[in-house]
Amino acid sequence: MGVGIEVTDLNAWYGTNHTLQDINLKIPANQATALIGPSGCGKSTFVRCLNRMHETNPIARVTGTVLIGDLDIYNDAKPVEIRRRVGMVFQRPNPFPTMSIYDNVASGLKLNGYTNHRVLDEIVEKSLKNSALWDEVKDDLKKKSGASLSGGQQQRLCIARALAVDPEVLLMDEPASALDPVSTSKIEDLIFQLKSQYTIVIVTHNMQQAARVAEKTGFFLNGRMVEFDSTHKIFTNPTDKRTEDYITGRFG
Amino acid sequence: MVKVQVPEIRVSRPKVQIEPAAADAKRVAEPPFAETSAVRKFLLARGNSAIMDGTFHVLMVVCGLSIFGIVILIASELVLRSDLAWSKIGFSFFYRAYFDPSTGLPNYWDPVNGHFSAIPFVYGTLVSSLLSLVLAVPLAIGVAVFLTEMCPGILRGPLAFLTELLAAIPSIIYGLWAVFVLVPLLREHVNPMLVKWLGWTKLFSDDNPTGLGYVSAAVILAIMILPIISSLTREVMLAVPHSQREAVLALGATRWEMIRMGVLRNARIGIVGAVILGLGRALGETMAVTMVIGNTPEIHRSLLANGSSMAAVIANEFAEASGDLHRSALIEIGLALFVVTIVVNAIARILVWVVTRGTPAQAH
Repeated sequence: MGVGIEVTDLNAWYGTNHTLQDINLKIPANQATALIGPSGCGKSTFVRCLNRMHETNPIARVTGTVLIGDLDIYNDAKPVEIRRRVGMVFQRPNPFPTMSIYDNVASGLKLNGYTNHRVLDEIVEKSLKNSALWDEVKDDLKKKSGASLSGGQQQRLCIARALAVDPEVLLMDEPASALDPVSTSKIEDLIFQLKSQYTIVIVTHNMQQAARVAEKTGFFLNGRMVEFDSTHKIFTNPTDKRTEDYITGRFG
Repeated sequence: MVKVQVPEIRVSRPKVQIEPAAADAKRVAEPPFAETSAVRKFLLARGNSAIMDGTFHVLMVVCGLSIFGIVILIASELVLRSDLAWSKIGFSFFYRAYFDPSTGLPNYWDPVNGHFSAIPFVYGTLVSSLLSLVLAVPLAIGVAVFLTEMCPGILRGPLAFLTELLAAIPSIIYGLWAVFVLVPLLREHVNPMLVKWLGWTKLFSDDNPTGLGYVSAAVILAIMILPIISSLTREVMLAVPHSQREAVLALGATRWEMIRMGVLRNARIGIVGAVILGLGRALGETMAVTMVIGNTPEIHRSLLANGSSMAAVIANEFAEASGDLHRSALIEIGLALFVVTIVVNAIARILVWVVTRGTPAQAH
């Protein structure tokens, strides 16, 4: 089961570039939340702050509070612990090319010292089924490398890899932007199914995608969150003029 | 109007038109376009440069082909000049030795009595090179990991530069340093410890008071091959896409786990290539090894004993070879060394190439 996320006064910098300014929002549990906005508006930086990946860049800096469930991730936990509870799927599929499909999915567990093979088999199967990849790869789980799959399959493999560690939150940074329409719709179906079990935060450039999969939508512009509301309201009757301009295609 | 200056056109035109045209050229074209026309004349006079281009082409082809020529010349010379040894001793040169009937001990290399066997040299080369890999590989990979993954920016440049600089030091300098610093240090401090703690393996025995031997050669070789292994390892590690590191981090990996799973695992083929390339250099290294290995054509179980290597025996004896067979046998050793180092280097280059522009990059 997923948990909610509460962000208070979040600010982030890359060097001297103030990429996120005073972000406040509550992301509900077990729902999909979409973040939209033009390139460079800070939405990717924002999700990277939710699992403390932002600070892996040596020039990056963050202030503010992020509560995931009851855990204050910047004050009460180490990055490593957070990332075990908050899964992430990246823009471009990044399976481990030197590992088999099975090992790719099991990598998160093996990394943390999980060695029970019977349980690993079960988790790999369940994760691949959850990511709708099982039927396509079940015959060569240990034979084929993660890199031998197609782009869309690789991305679903990466989702399976993230699900295998049973995260409470799943962050997706433009998960379908490098994929063809068929793969994209598979990923969207997947998000639709997964959101009953996980809290999903999805960054997307594709507004139709946000409208299709998310209950809530946030609009980012120039490092600030302009508007955060139900997806229906954002796309039919936005409060802010800038949101309206963006979703009607007048800029961005 | 400028056309008038091109002779062909002027000739082809009827006489009547020449007058005004020439006048025009004088009046209008000459003053303002004087420079342009000079440039044109110059360019037209240059022709199409076919000869120069052709010469250049031939010259470059010759330069390129000369590499083939050099390799073929070396190989053929080595084969032809070792002909005598091949016909007299044959391939058993590499696996059979003469045993002294009175002592029952092998007499591997006795130019005076005409006994030649490459065994102690092959052994010495292999032992010193492999031992140097054992010492250099962990250190080189450690240096590369530190430089790519955890080095503060201010230290990275100088450290990388110094590592590369190690490769630029002439091997004779390494040899001298080894003779005056390394060998005494090993003799006084390290070798007694090795004998004390690892003497039970019978790989270290204290019957050699000189300090020269396989271990000394291996240590100096390790320092010499460190830069090539670490700089190539660094290169293949840098070729691992950033997304791989992020993928591992996002799974909750510690820094070390990220390096192991996201970087070293993806770069391992290239690292193997770098190691083999280091091996290639260690196999062929002559000067420093000659100065510290002890130059005794014998085989001992103890790694602290004196030995010799293929390159060392050629360097030591070729100038004073006692006869044609002796000289020919030395060249046969040279041929063997040549073949082995070429093969080892080829394998290494292919492996490094596979990683820096091969598999992992395709996946992204």
